Amino acid sequence: MTDPVIRISDMNKWFGTFHVLRDINLQVAAGEKIVICGPSGSGKSTLIRCLNRLEQHQEGIIEVEGVSLDGSSKNLESIRSNVGMVFQQFNLFPHMSVLENCTLAPIWVKQKTKQEAEALARQFLERVRIPDQADKYPGQLSGGQQQRVAIARALCMNPDIMLFDEPTSALDPEMIKEVLDVMVELAEDGMTMLCVTHEMGFARQVADRVIFMDEGEIVEENEPEAFFSNPQNERTKMFLSQVLSH
Amino acid sequence: MQVLVLAAVLGAMVWLVGNVQSNLERQNINSGFGFLSERAGFGINQTLIAYTEDDSFGRVVVVGLLNTLLVSGLGIFFATLLGFSLGVARLSRNWLISKIAMVYIEIFRNVPLLLQIMFWYFGVLRNLPSPRQALSVGDAMFMSNRGIVLPWLEAGAGAMWYGVALLGLAAGFFWLRRRTLKAKLTTGHSTRFWRPLLVLALALFGAAALMAGVPFALDVPQLKGFNFRGGLTVIPEFVALLLALSLYTAAFIAEIVRAGINSVNKGQREAAAALGLPERVALRLVVLPQALRVIIPPLTSQYLNLTKNSSLAVAIAYPDIVSVLAGTTLSQVGQALEIIFVTMMIYLSLSLLTSWAMNRYNQRMAFVGNNT
Repeated sequence: MTDPVIRISDMNKWFGTFHVLRDINLQVAAGEKIVICGPSGSGKSTLIRCLNRLEQHQEGIIEVEGVSLDGSSKNLESIRSNVGMVFQQFNLFPHMSVLENCTLAPIWVKQKTKQEAEALARQFLERVRIPDQADKYPGQLSGGQQQRVAIARALCMNPDIMLFDEPTSALDPEMIKEVLDVMVELAEDGMTMLCVTHEMGFARQVADRVIFMDEGEIVEENEPEAFFSNPQNERTKMFLSQVLSH
Repeated sequence: MQVLVLAAVLGAMVWLVGNVQSNLERQNINSGFGFLSERAGFGINQTLIAYTEDDSFGRVVVVGLLNTLLVSGLGIFFATLLGFSLGVARLSRNWLISKIAMVYIEIFRNVPLLLQIMFWYFGVLRNLPSPRQALSVGDAMFMSNRGIVLPWLEAGAGAMWYGVALLGLAAGFFWLRRRTLKAKLTTGHSTRFWRPLLVLALALFGAAALMAGVPFALDVPQLKGFNFRGGLTVIPEFVALLLALSLYTAAFIAEIVRAGINSVNKGQREAAAALGLPERVALRLVVLPQALRVIIPPLTSQYLNLTKNSSLAVAIAYPDIVSVLAGTTLSQVGQALEIIFVTMMIYLSLSLLTSWAMNRYNQRMAFVGNNT
């Protein structure tokens, strides 16, 4: 195994007095796909939000590509431009066209010219299969299309790592597949991915490791086959029986 | 049915107008707008255009309107500046700054405006010492109960060249701004903005000085007898009204700005941060454009309120349109109907003009499509 691109050791985080993340230890290798699941309130979203410091941890070390997230704004800048994130609520900028959403960061962070940024954006919009929506506004698209724009927007920064925070939870059932298909393709291209999701089919298909969290702890982690067929921990068994029973 | 209602309304209006006319005739009251060309015969203590007692009532209207526009325009400018700063300060993570802004807002928006005007006028400005004991700043600016006297530049022949230079500088500012953005988008790199602007300013004013020399004389006010001569005198009525209107309206604007910024979904800032956008860029390109969409309609109301509230000038005899037209002119001419009508029409046109401009701006900011 090469050097891990993400290294979390003995990390703790509190919201006020509430202990959200307890003694988290996790290493992710380049190209690895991790699926994080667990009941709501278990800290899984908070965990991946700590990786680009949308949340600040209080104890322990988080290193992304060898750069420590220690509050230095220079480190943070370099990490954020290498780590893409996709949100449950899409969070597209409603006052900008799809193309402008995708070119904003390349122009203002990576100092690309408008022409370069637009060419790049069109290439990624092609890849998420909505090249003909470039001049529309987010409000004119369906939820599934919006989420694919959000993925393209993140990819335009050429990130090494992609974080997905329940990307399909806000979608109507018939739109989930179109988003998952894009994510599967991305996984096949070798992107390092950390994905919080309840889509167990997706976990089986692409994950190298599945992590189960409960009450702020990593309770169990395993390869998907073993994780689903032979869970070790009681809490994992209970969770899986609830998620898989219907 | 609708035709009948319309006919009834029109009929009532015809009857009303006829009734008023016959009543006025019976009481020997003049009607019509002939008075506008008659000699006014009274003085006004602040006039932006030349005016003497021998000018007509028509000119009184213009003088009053300009005074209203002056105090409203400056009031809107200062209230907006202060209001936006307070609104942002109210959201500051710094406890002290946020609390100071809160205390300011609660005080100024909860005391009636009329009282605030009277406070500044009777409580502060009229209580300043007489001109002989005036408070002075460096013997150039004086504050007394007759107003504030400032040194002023007396423009001689050739001052026009400086005006041209100023216009050139304004044009240069916008041209440079466009050029900078264009360069950013085509080469990817930011170019200098302030230094070329400074060079341009020096060049333009240098050229003006070559053409015309220095045609300005500094006119410093001096105490002569019981009052000051020279300089620019700002009457206390104007200062009191401007202060009260700006400080009062700023408190409301601050709350509007705070609500506007808060209305932008937290996810928008997070998405911008996750893309690596620096906070200032995110504020300018992501948060503010969306906040403005929420801010502009109530901000427009505040602008209209301020303009209409400037009519409280009458309480301290600042010569605004209400004071000189619906006050002095009305008492001299006695044609209440026409005069009140003209005054109302002036406010209505001002307000409609403001709304129209702000609505056009708002349309440019609107989102396309469905947004929840």
